[in-house]
Amino acid sequence: MSAYILYRHRDIPNLNQLDVYQKNGGFEAIKKAIKTMSPAAVLNEVKDSGLRGRGGAGFPTGMKWSFLPGNLWPHYVVANADESEPGTFKDREILESNPFQFLEGLMLAAYAVQANDAYIYLRGEFWQIARRLDTCIEELYAEGLLGDKLFGTKYSLRLHTHLGAGAYICGEETALLESIEGHLGQPRLRPPFPATFGLFGKPTVINNVETLTNLPPIIEKGAAWFKTLGTEKSPGVKIFSLSGCVNKPGNYELPLGTTFRELIFTHGGGIPDGRTIKAIMSAGASSVIVPADDRALDTPMDYESTQANLNAPLGSASVIILDDSVNMAWLVNKTVHFFRHESCGKCTPCREGTYWMSHLTRRIAAGEAAPDDIDLLNIVARQMQGKCLCALGEFSTMAVTSGIEKFRADFEKLVNH
Amino acid sequence: MPKDITLTIDGQTVTAPAGTLVVDAAKRIGINIPVFCYHPKLEPVGMCRMCLVEIGRPVIDRTTNNPVFEADGKPKIQFGPKLETACTTPISEGMVVVGLSDKVKAARKDVLEFLLTSHPLDCPICDKGGECPLQNQTLEYGSADSRFLLDEKMRLSKHVPLGDLIFLDRERCIQCARCVRFQTEIVDDPVIGFYNRGRKLEIITDSQPGFDSIFSGNTTDICPVGALTTADFRFGARPWEMNNAASLCTHCPVGCNTTINVRREAKTGGNVSIKRIMPRQNETVNEIWMCDKGRFAYHFADSPDRLKNPLIRKGSELFQTTWTEALSAASEKIKQAGSGLVTLASGRLTNEDIYNLRKLTETQGGTFIGYSRMAGGEIVNRFGMLPGSNLGDLGKDSVIVVVSSDLHEEAPIWWLRVREAVKRGAVLISISIRPTRLDKIAAKTLRVEPGREALAVDAILTGDMADIVKQAKHLLVFYGSDGLGRKATGQLAAACARLLETSGHARRINSGLIPVWERGNTQGLWDMGAHPADQIVERIASARVLLVAGADPANDDPMMERALEKTEFLIVQDLFATATARKADIVFPVLAFTEREGTYTSGERRVQRFYPAVPAPEGLKADYEIAAEMGAELGLALESSAASLVFQQLAAEIPQYSGLTYPLLAKTSDQWPIVGRPDVYFGGTSYANRQGLGIHLPLLPLEDFEIPSGDLDMSLHPDAHELAVYPVTRLLDRGITVTTSPLLASRLAQADLFIHPATARKMFLNADMQVMLPVDGAAYPVRIVLDETVPEGAALIPRSAGVPIHEPQVAQVAPPVGDHASRVRS
Ligand SMILES: Cc1cc2nc3c(=O)[nH]c(=O)nc-3n(C[C@H](O)[C@H](O)[C@H](O)COP(=O)(O)O)c2cc1C
Ligand code: SF4
Ligand code: SF4
Ligand code: SF4
Ligand code: FES
Repeated sequence: MSAYILYRHRDIPNLNQLDVYQKNGGFEAIKKAIKTMSPAAVLNEVKDSGLRGRGGAGFPTGMKWSFLPGNLWPHYVVANADESEPGTFKDREILESNPFQFLEGLMLAAYAVQANDAYIYLRGEFWQIARRLDTCIEELYAEGLLGDKLFGTKYSLRLHTHLGAGAYICGEETALLESIEGHLGQPRLRPPFPATFGLFGKPTVINNVETLTNLPPIIEKGAAWFKTLGTEKSPGVKIFSLSGCVNKPGNYELPLGTTFRELIFTHGGGIPDGRTIKAIMSAGASSVIVPADDRALDTPMDYESTQANLNAPLGSASVIILDDSVNMAWLVNKTVHFFRHESCGKCTPCREGTYWMSHLTRRIAAGEAAPDDIDLLNIVARQMQGKCLCALGEFSTMAVTSGIEKFRADFEKLVNH
Repeated sequence: MPKDITLTIDGQTVTAPAGTLVVDAAKRIGINIPVFCYHPKLEPVGMCRMCLVEIGRPVIDRTTNNPVFEADGKPKIQFGPKLETACTTPISEGMVVVGLSDKVKAARKDVLEFLLTSHPLDCPICDKGGECPLQNQTLEYGSADSRFLLDEKMRLSKHVPLGDLIFLDRERCIQCARCVRFQTEIVDDPVIGFYNRGRKLEIITDSQPGFDSIFSGNTTDICPVGALTTADFRFGARPWEMNNAASLCTHCPVGCNTTINVRREAKTGGNVSIKRIMPRQNETVNEIWMCDKGRFAYHFADSPDRLKNPLIRKGSELFQTTWTEALSAASEKIKQAGSGLVTLASGRLTNEDIYNLRKLTETQGGTFIGYSRMAGGEIVNRFGMLPGSNLGDLGKDSVIVVVSSDLHEEAPIWWLRVREAVKRGAVLISISIRPTRLDKIAAKTLRVEPGREALAVDAILTGDMADIVKQAKHLLVFYGSDGLGRKATGQLAAACARLLETSGHARRINSGLIPVWERGNTQGLWDMGAHPADQIVERIASARVLLVAGADPANDDPMMERALEKTEFLIVQDLFATATARKADIVFPVLAFTEREGTYTSGERRVQRFYPAVPAPEGLKADYEIAAEMGAELGLALESSAASLVFQQLAAEIPQYSGLTYPLLAKTSDQWPIVGRPDVYFGGTSYANRQGLGIHLPLLPLEDFEIPSGDLDMSLHPDAHELAVYPVTRLLDRGITVTTSPLLASRLAQADLFIHPATARKMFLNADMQVMLPVDGAAYPVRIVLDETVPEGAALIPRSAGVPIHEPQVAQVAPPVGDHASRVRS
């Protein structure tokens, strides 16, 4: 037995081998679902569990599935394994070390929405993982766990992996769909949403790897059990990717609602070299920079509390720690550089705004900027806000505006030398 | 009909059909919401973010489903937290759109500032300067200062040839994707696209040759900046320096409405010269598009080889002469010839020219012949499209049949519009001897043996498409001459008319027969009473005076060439010293259509008017004038002073044209989308139609008319060692109007003989082999091209590409050297 729900491989050696996974209860959930439950029952169980998407937006998973129209076929399920947010490295560990639980979860999602084909979209750099997954999938076909007429029912399911070409934007669900279809990775206009017009124009569910990995235990143990973990509105456990100025960076599987303080100091071993914590980014490079005061540190990490207390989304829970050795203008230069590099270029504010901001932050960080440039940077970021076609453009401004607001002195220091 | 929806935009109430986008609803009432990426002919993408507006929607009480009202009794309106793109948001009942608020104005300014950060601002030398939406919107909404450092601008290459016709300036591109979407959505040539991402996003072409599309020029029109330019026009003139004249494209029976831009040029000695040809909006003809042939093949008018003086034969040579001498000599001969006068007139002439030539000929008792390789005009006059019909109205309940025509090559804009109709739900049946681009969009493709096309049309109503055809509300039939001779096209037209009649679609709206004529005004030729004739070679040979206008039989056919030797006296009216003109006794130099006015009648039977674009060169006359002046010498009162007066006469005589006048042809009405108005426009360069939409002719009555019958099987039966050779039509042939445009040189059709590899094996032929093809007693060198799409046993050869072949015929090809006797059988 393992205390882990998602990272069970940490207790069970060789869980990434099919026989080991099966010996430890693997594929019982999918057998149970397909043999004894209707698709609607699976959907309802997930809905009742209160599971929310772990890819960033925290959207209730069961509800997302229920949007698929029953009169438009086929349906598709896509697993989002693009994991490109700087500071996020949680899905990779699942894919490498507990792949079968993820695959079983994907199969459950597919069964619930009656999809006969499901895709796994991986970032291009995950090519080795993709090969490994292909082998896993082969094994499942061989074992009769995938393919036609599963477990003597009429239900058939095929899984496909698809590699991206190294673009952060392809983690955005509609750009991801474009990429699978072989087009340029640019987000689609919405509406229509993927639930009605998704992959190849058909109703499609897109879920994060971690979201899907939660499904086998939910089906096996039931929604009521799941709700005993986490908080009322954010039930379950979450993998927190902890990085930055911290003694023990890494992935931590903890109940939602754990405080930042506990993550950073109890699990992460605190700040190195006796320095003090200065700021937190709760959702990777896309987040606002939050001053690490007591109020912040005591905020429970669940979808509601971080938003309410810190005005910051929990996102994919990639917690980046900054200590007092870090100048926030330097940090902002890094994040802006990233977004300029990753902007798909489809819409004007993001394409031009990230380019402009990157020149300003570079000059500021290099000590070449004029004092007015700080305000100009702030203006450019605000000028972008609310106008971009997809969230990436908005993300790119988060660290900028919050950094200038909360840590203006860091910027001033670099322009007034 | 979608239901009507009422909303408020900037305080004005608007009602529009459900599904209308906010931006369009606004423009319909004269409110300009600025756009860059949006274009009403393309799917909305919401990329540029220029059209952001505030949108409020009535608040609905979720429990009662009723609207919530404010204290003052007005419905409560909830505005979203963000601005929304007007180009992607459909209107909804009770919506309130605000496009004038400070918030919206600030957003426009912001987006413009972003667009200009890396824009080169080379307006002073930019082709689009003066008609540039980016320039105009910046003046209206933008800021005068730049906060972006000049040194940090992205520098990119400025002269990137996407192909040999279109150049890209990467710095000017605002990444709106209009060009990419046009190529993908409208013309199905996805040969350009975006490469890279973010600020590095750039337009590239991935076809070989580059930008391989016959519609490429249109992208330069809809590009909202000066990023795309044509090799023909770039850096040629500033828009405000040019005057424009309404004109027509004369290259094919579509009759695209055009605008000719002209300017006085130092290069041409201070003369007014044509700088470019642009589409002019006519939503029932060409919408706002035209093909590259029409756009680029106009240089013939400027050619230094144009005839400048009348010529007269003295002995074996032609000498310059005066009009007086030439006219009197010609009329003297005509008078002597009496009924021995034979006149050949082509569909290159205007209605006025043809009318006067016919009058001249008939009053002398001569024979008036329409010079055309196609038949069936008298059928078209009775089974054509009914007035009021519009290809743009065809959709779900329509069937379109295209037989023996590669519309994409022969009448490109019809292909485009048929494709649009299919996208709207029309069912296309494509009948031909070889694959064409229509097959891709056809619901049914019938590949027939050469010569059996008319049989295939006849069989439609007994085949598997019969019910669909019968039940369709509209049935439109295009017929052409791909692989067919004149007689066969006549049989085909008859079979098509029978199909229309039997299925109950004859003479109904949006139904009818459309001929894919080989010339822009072949329809006018029929209407004016010039019909093609049998035994044309004999008639040429026995003519006492042969008057040839707008045609070059000596070049077209060796038999006609030999017959011309026997003609007693030959008078030619032409632009150039053609092979026929060189044999003439008298040659009259004529005005090009750009130098005069007149009317043409399109294949859809729309009479359209064109206007002079450049002043008439000294010493040249219009064809109708020449005919009238010869007539005057013979005592005839033909109009020579103005085309409009000739038109008055012909309208009084020719029933379909009755009541028509030049002012009527110049009438216009509002068209959608709105183009060419600087206040509410969709951007890009386009010309609104202010000079006439033309008039769709009524059909001739049916009484006393019987659809001709006869043998429908026109197939040839070659022996084992022979080939059945079929002439087919290519867009860019080697006609004089095309070859004088050097830009198109690399795309011209070659004298190639296309045969199936199996045929080649049987006849011991190889790819690229040079062989001699015998045609009517002469032999021509052709290159063998192997092509699996060609029917076995058949050979296809492009018309007007070096081998004068018009009728299908059986021939035995032979190596160029050696002693094989070539023989011909037809
Ligand atoms: C720019 C951008 C990048 C994203 N990258 C990822 C990603 O790498 N992985 C992921 O699961 N979701 C990513 N998302 C979120 C997805 O769009 C989507 O919401 C998510 O996959 C839904 O899955 P869930 O409901 O299971 O969270 C990204 C979103 C945006 C706007
Ligand atoms: S916001 Fe950025 S990433 Fe998103 S569509 Fe616009 S340019 Fe592309
Ligand atoms: S070349 Fe012109 S039409 Fe094409 S994307 Fe650039 S600006 Fe738009
Ligand atoms: S489609 Fe025909 S009429 Fe139109 S521009 Fe092309 S050749 Fe001219
Ligand atoms: S986003 Fe609406 S016009 Fe470009």
